[in-house]
Amino acid sequence: MAEPLKVDDKNFKEVVLEAKMPVLVDFWAPWCAPCRAIAPAVEELAGEYAGRVGFAKLNVDENTKLATEYGVRSIPTLLIFKDGKPLTQIVGLRPKAELKKQLDVVLGKG
Amino acid sequence: MDKNHQLIIVGGGPAGLSAGLYASRSKLDTLLIERAILGGQILNAEMVENYPGFPQGISGSELGALIAQQATKYGLLTIVAEVQGIEIRGGEKIVSTSEGEYRAKAVIIAGGSEHSKLGVPGEEEFTGKGVSYCAMCDGAFFRDQIVAVVGGGNVALNDALFLTRFASRVIVIHRRDQLRATRILQDRAFANPKIEFFWDTVVESITGDKLVKEIRLRNVKTGKGSSLEVSGVFVAVGLRPNTGYLKGLLTLDAGGFISVNGQMETGVPGVFAAGDIRAGSIRQVVSAAGDGATAAIAAERFLSSM
Repeated sequence: MAEPLKVDDKNFKEVVLEAKMPVLVDFWAPWCAPCRAIAPAVEELAGEYAGRVGFAKLNVDENTKLATEYGVRSIPTLLIFKDGKPLTQIVGLRPKAELKKQLDVVLGKG
Repeated sequence: MDKNHQLIIVGGGPAGLSAGLYASRSKLDTLLIERAILGGQILNAEMVENYPGFPQGISGSELGALIAQQATKYGLLTIVAEVQGIEIRGGEKIVSTSEGEYRAKAVIIAGGSEHSKLGVPGEEEFTGKGVSYCAMCDGAFFRDQIVAVVGGGNVALNDALFLTRFASRVIVIHRRDQLRATRILQDRAFANPKIEFFWDTVVESITGDKLVKEIRLRNVKTGKGSSLEVSGVFVAVGLRPNTGYLKGLLTLDAGGFISVNGQMETGVPGVFAAGDIRAGSIRQVVSAAGDGATAAIAAERFLSSM
């Protein structure tokens, strides 16, 4: 288990876009029940993929601009960024095994 | 976590949690398996105004959390795992999950249901890009925009009413000329100046660029097609039960719901069903809770007769 890093308009570029490794960003909001449901799986994966994939969470309520910029219209949405670009989009409450598969695909390509 | 229990409950919504409450207070060694989060579908409801004991209404997330808190107070064990199958070997029920196998003498299936899809072109492609199944989650993305709600039941009208807080216009698209929703919700929706109704109308396809831009509609009475510019499509066309893995084991009705008798017995000894997942359920929190209690008491009786 590891706590994903909180990102916002100020540190998004540095933490996500300029990262050397892929970064999974969890777009969420406090009022969203499925977001709370997926959070433990994301935290577990953050522990399991430590050193290989970065993990971040972005509160869409406080960072509307970034959510709009990346076309997020539904939460939870997980975007996996690589080399500054969103590579994979996972929408809604998905099982942990599926998230793992997507992460492995992204890592396999590298 | 011990793999052997007296009772396994599949699903942690109001039905499963109520069953767990009754079973643990009866001192049955009970394991509840939930695939996501304790509380169930009700967590997505903005306000619950028809559950007795809360005259001011209560938010779904609060009610779900309170039911979970009460249910786990008396020794109910819970894990997060996805149930993949149930097998019966002798008197034993083997529940296979994403986290391995668990065994029990009795099982209560309370896995609820999930939203049905429209099944039209563009729906899959634009899910998360304007197509949504959770107004509570996604409503705020549609500030000052035009959105459609598809459906005519309680969920559809609750969604439409909630969305008026953000959207400039909410268009309810319903395939019939009257609503299934409860009268009080109908009255509120008809009185809301932001809500319009398109009757006898179905969605044929959803199109856009990166995000949803337009839906194509057809009037089922006149056959006439039309199109409507919207940025959001909220789908609320009913629920389908999570029973795919139970085919062959239990009797399911045409919609896939589990047939039970008044004691929530499925016909397979020691296997019970409760809540939205059973045939004939009125799909309310109050009935789910009642089903859960009935099933737990029936399961207790079954276990003590063994």
